[in-house]
Amino acid sequence: MANEIRMVEAIQQALDEEMARDESVLVYGEDVGVSGGVFRATKELRESYPDRVYDTPLAESAILGLGVGLGATGYTPVTEIQFASFAYQGFHQLVQHATRLRSRTRGTLGVPMTVRTPYGGGIRALELHSESFEAGYAHVPGLKTVVPSNAADAKGLLTSAVRDPDPVMFLEPTSRYRASREAVPEGEHTVPLGEAEVVREGADVTVVAWGAMLAETLSAVGRGDADVDAEVIDLRTVSPMDSETVLDSVRKTGRCVVVHEAPRTAGLAAEIIARINDDALYYLEAPVERVTGYDVPFPLFAREDAYRPDAERIRRGIERALSA
Amino acid sequence: MTREQVAEFSIEYVQALDEEANLDEAVAPDLDDEQLLEFYRLMRLARRLDERAVALQRRGELGTYAPGVGQEAAQVGSATALAPEEWLVPSFREGAALLARGAPIHRLLWYSMGMEEGAEVDGANFPPSIPVGSQPLHATGIGWGKEIAGEEEAAMVYFGDGATSQGDVYEAMNVAGALDAHVVFLCQNNQWAISTPRASQTRAGTIAQKAVAAGIEGVQVDGNDPLGVHAVTRDALESARGGDPVLVEALTYRRSMHTTSDDPRVYRTEEEEAEWEARDPIARFERYLRAEGLLDDERIADIAEEVEGAIADEIDRAKEGQKRVVPAEMFDYVYAEPTSELRRQKAEFERETGGGETTTPEEGSSGDERAGGGEVSGRGE
Ligand SMILES: Cc1ncc(C[n+]2csc(CCOP(=O)(O)OP(=O)(O)O)c2C)c(N)n1
Repeated sequence: MANEIRMVEAIQQALDEEMARDESVLVYGEDVGVSGGVFRATKELRESYPDRVYDTPLAESAILGLGVGLGATGYTPVTEIQFASFAYQGFHQLVQHATRLRSRTRGTLGVPMTVRTPYGGGIRALELHSESFEAGYAHVPGLKTVVPSNAADAKGLLTSAVRDPDPVMFLEPTSRYRASREAVPEGEHTVPLGEAEVVREGADVTVVAWGAMLAETLSAVGRGDADVDAEVIDLRTVSPMDSETVLDSVRKTGRCVVVHEAPRTAGLAAEIIARINDDALYYLEAPVERVTGYDVPFPLFAREDAYRPDAERIRRGIERALSA
Repeated sequence: MTREQVAEFSIEYVQALDEEANLDEAVAPDLDDEQLLEFYRLMRLARRLDERAVALQRRGELGTYAPGVGQEAAQVGSATALAPEEWLVPSFREGAALLARGAPIHRLLWYSMGMEEGAEVDGANFPPSIPVGSQPLHATGIGWGKEIAGEEEAAMVYFGDGATSQGDVYEAMNVAGALDAHVVFLCQNNQWAISTPRASQTRAGTIAQKAVAAGIEGVQVDGNDPLGVHAVTRDALESARGGDPVLVEALTYRRSMHTTSDDPRVYRTEEEEAEWEARDPIARFERYLRAEGLLDDERIADIAEEVEGAIADEIDRAKEGQKRVVPAEMFDYVYAEPTSELRRQKAEFERETGGGETTTPEEGSSGDERAGGGEVSGRGE
């Protein structure tokens, strides 16, 4: 059975079902309780689980730091950071404690915390509400970083994240929250962390994307020349990265374009290209192209469309990869 | 075993103009008629600008906007106590304070139109701080600089009751105390941090007492009383200029939504809103000025008309500027001197977009992605 629902509802469903399944799951964060979160992702959870859904004071460092204590001693914290840019206020708790407790204690303590947070542009949001920092999280050992691109994956990946024994950063693309209704399996639905998906098969070029950029990519290859037969890969989990799926595809197509909304320098495209160089260099018929945000602070919304890669820019990237 | 009390504290509450608009002469600041009328005009200007801005947002002409309805006295009363050359470090709801500092209205609108032009600085006003509670440290930095330079000036920073839960806010107050920074911390306790009421934010009975742990002075003032706020802030600034920082808690109420994306009906009652409507700062001040013979119906109508005209002109000016947004300028201010990589990226951008020619934000946004997103912004912050 599948339901036609939006991504934000799929997220709510995953939380609801995981709370029903596992009494240790605790949902807390700013405005998640009474109001159900500013995007309503935790809507009605408090009514169903009054003792397991909490509004916290406005303190991200506290939210993430509390998760270390809760997580290490029997709870499964699922926190919401209201917008990804405010996770920086608790970044040190993630980097210095949450992600290291397991290795510091030689596996005797762990932090099964999931940190949900909306990220990315495209909704004319305020300053500092549109950043894509997945590369920063991917650089933190001990952390898993997940970015769903569609409603079904959002449910399946979030369910897996909640069940994962280690800290997971779960980045939700705000522009996709309510973009469309999609079929989402009812009841138990998991998508394994660390596995990419080939969402469209093709022979001429591999396009790798994730999160909000996947829809842009699909519309780019959909509207492109009929003779461009692109294979599209949704990375889904950016760390640990499923490079095998990407490498297999590149070995087949010989060409690759990596798309991300984050700034170019030291973005994840650089890591993907390095892995291709390591393991598939001799299959390449052209240099790998990247279509990314620029190395500028994410602009206020009057300029955000100029900043964000769109179908047009992605298509030009594909053309460059094909013409080289 | 020894047990003795080693510390005790108390917090003062100050009010100059009570709810019935009676003045306490002992507290009231010494202001002339012109200054009093200017306070009134600024408060009306801020209120009307908020109304117009919310309406513009509803028509899709502005982005998310955070109105300060109800907080005009807290802002105008305090900002007018700061000397023009002294730095004001705002949060994101300080429209009234910035107007009191002479900030051009079209700049405020540009910021809400998603244009960096709106955060350009002229005069001693920092740009808005969107991360909650991160900016008090900046004011402490400014104020510490004044101490080092031996200058008798201070900085003033605004933040909300919610912000006081952030570690940075405590760090700012503690460091200010330790380093004799010339800074006044102005907390507008408007009772709500989005859906979280003040009582869920902290168990402390007052925000002002948070100063105690930092070893600085804390005082509470009726934030809907412009004269009380002015008097208290003036004294706090005097103290800060000599190296003794102060935390001022202005007790007020956010009468409107948190931002234009918020719906307060989800988390608070109409009774509560009605209760605070009756304590509206502008109505109270108007009553006082009428009793003093400084205002009558005719003067009030004149001021309303003047305010209306000024805002209309500035909205036109903002819209004109909006038509001239050059997207490629996003590359220009990342570093004082652009790096070679940025120059390369800018050239690539201009090649691909045909020279970064003028587009309005409306023209710039297209595609189903954004249509879907637009709905989200209706729910987001
Ligand atoms: C660090 C950080 N966390 C969360 C947010 C989202 N947010 C914006 S305003 C706000 C509430 C602020 O409350 P308060 O400090 O009382 O100021 P008010 O909005 O009432 O003026 C929140 C949670 C943010 N902007 N920054």
